[in-house]
Amino acid sequence: MVRAEGVRKCYGHDEVLQGVNLAVSHGEVMCVIGPSGSGKSTFLRCVNHLEKIDAGRIWVDGRLVGYRQRGDKLYELCDRDVAEQRRDIGMVFQRFNLFPHMTVLDNVMEAPMRVKRDPRELAQACSLELLDRVGLTRHQQNYPSQLSGGQQQRLAIARALAMRPKLMLFDEPTSSLDPELVGEVLDVMRDLAHDGMTMIVVTHEMAFAREVGDSLVFMDGGAIIEKGAPREVLANPRHERCKAFLSKVL
Amino acid sequence: MTRPEPVPPEAIKTIKAIPVRHPGRWAAVIGVGILAAMLISNLITNTAYNWPEQLKYLFSAPILAGVKNTIWLTIAAMAGGVTLGILLALMRLSANPLLRSVAWLYIWLFRGTPLYTQLLIWGNVGALFPTVGLGIPFGPEIISVPTNAFYSAAAAAALGLIVNEAAYMAEIVRAGIQSVDPGQLDAAGALGMSRGQTLRRIVLPQAMRLIVPPTGNEAIAMLKNTSIVAVVPYAELTFAAQSIYATTYQIIPMLVMACVWYLFLSSIMMVGQYYLERHYAKGQAR
Ligand SMILES: Nc1ncnc2c1ncn2[C@@H]1O[C@H](COP(=O)(O)OP(=O)(O)OP(=O)(O)O)[C@@H](O)[C@H]1O
Ligand SMILES: [Mg+2]
Repeated sequence: MVRAEGVRKCYGHDEVLQGVNLAVSHGEVMCVIGPSGSGKSTFLRCVNHLEKIDAGRIWVDGRLVGYRQRGDKLYELCDRDVAEQRRDIGMVFQRFNLFPHMTVLDNVMEAPMRVKRDPRELAQACSLELLDRVGLTRHQQNYPSQLSGGQQQRLAIARALAMRPKLMLFDEPTSSLDPELVGEVLDVMRDLAHDGMTMIVVTHEMAFAREVGDSLVFMDGGAIIEKGAPREVLANPRHERCKAFLSKVL
Repeated sequence: MTRPEPVPPEAIKTIKAIPVRHPGRWAAVIGVGILAAMLISNLITNTAYNWPEQLKYLFSAPILAGVKNTIWLTIAAMAGGVTLGILLALMRLSANPLLRSVAWLYIWLFRGTPLYTQLLIWGNVGALFPTVGLGIPFGPEIISVPTNAFYSAAAAAALGLIVNEAAYMAEIVRAGIQSVDPGQLDAAGALGMSRGQTLRRIVLPQAMRLIVPPTGNEAIAMLKNTSIVAVVPYAELTFAAQSIYATTYQIIPMLVMACVWYLFLSSIMMVGQYYLERHYAKGQAR
């Protein structure tokens, strides 16, 4: 479903990603852990081309992200084609990034109506169904600022799901939530995983990674240092840096 | 931990205390009162205001025509100025360095010269370009018409105001757009929205919250700035008042009457601004 080969990314002279290789198969939930500044967010943003990569290749669902290859030449995709690729990739951000000027329902309906050009009735019906799934039916006419953090993040998940993505990217979805609200968001994500969604989840919730994750990668200094089954990696990490990191967070 | 003493029920009564005295306020009331009384007595007793004369012309044909032109010009100048201003703001924020410098140069030129002088130049464009034609650049012309055939005083006035206003609006719009959280662009992009959709549906509506209040000020300033286009010359409200006192010599009455009209129009605009601001504050945490 997702394949990354030798992905590099520089900001000025900082090489933030130093050759990331990774593969996520269909229906797999991959959790990504690692210290702050290790490039987790950057990698996730490269997967849907919010950031341009400087070297390497990323494929999602068999299609090269951001480029078209003919022979051994790469052609940059135009704006429209990039937008089209992103429809199949949902993303949930640490700071929600909801549209504050739209109601809860409009936040979910916006993309299906504007991007997929679904008729209003269809978009509304699907959106209400999604809001029901994340438990926000009661708040459909409210504005995001009137919701709690947990509700806002559940809304962000519903908004991403409205495009019927084949892949979901989560960038520390619970890191800016009060501890008692983390559970409700993880519950929604757990349901999603059980429904067979392919997911890449950057998280510090080790319990979630252990329970829901199919695989776990540990990133440090812009590279993947260790990967394996979550229980295996969390119980006996092989690399020093991974050991040191886990001893701090567990 | 100690619990607070239970309050006996009779103690829970509204507080009766002697309020703090504000001697300064009383001094201000007296001072303002005296000034107001002087002003009112002046307005009534000073015959130079000539209120009957004002009333006679308040709804006269030339004044109403001037009011109409002032309103028309204000609307045209703001509509044109906002549209061109948005365009310039987008150019300034564009990735294309050529567009960026063109917009910068435009703003530099029109903010750096007085509106009065600009309007004089617009009024005399006929001298700069006696004819306007269609042809090959630096080559032969195919058709050519004299400028004055279509370039009226109204066009000169509107053009001058629009071009000047756009420079100011561009900066207001740019500040508004830049105030929008970049995370909004990420979210819209991740949903597959195009750049145009993101701008129209996500960025501009949020930028409006910051754009509307200064734009309201610009519009009210514009209402009054239209009085400068008398130099074009164009028959807006102040021009109409001037042409009346040119024959009647009732200068103060006509100018006060014009002010009454300006005050009336700007009050209406302030009401409009209030509702616009409320509309774009939707979803804002209070
Ligand atoms: N737009 C940018 N410009 C310059 N440097 C950046 C930019 N975005 C990220 N970086 C740098 O790239 C490095 C990796 O950042 P990234 O956000 O991917 O880390 P992360 O692993 O997600 O960390 P965290 O756990 O704090 O979210 C950091 O050193 C950061 O300073
Ligand atoms: Mg991050």
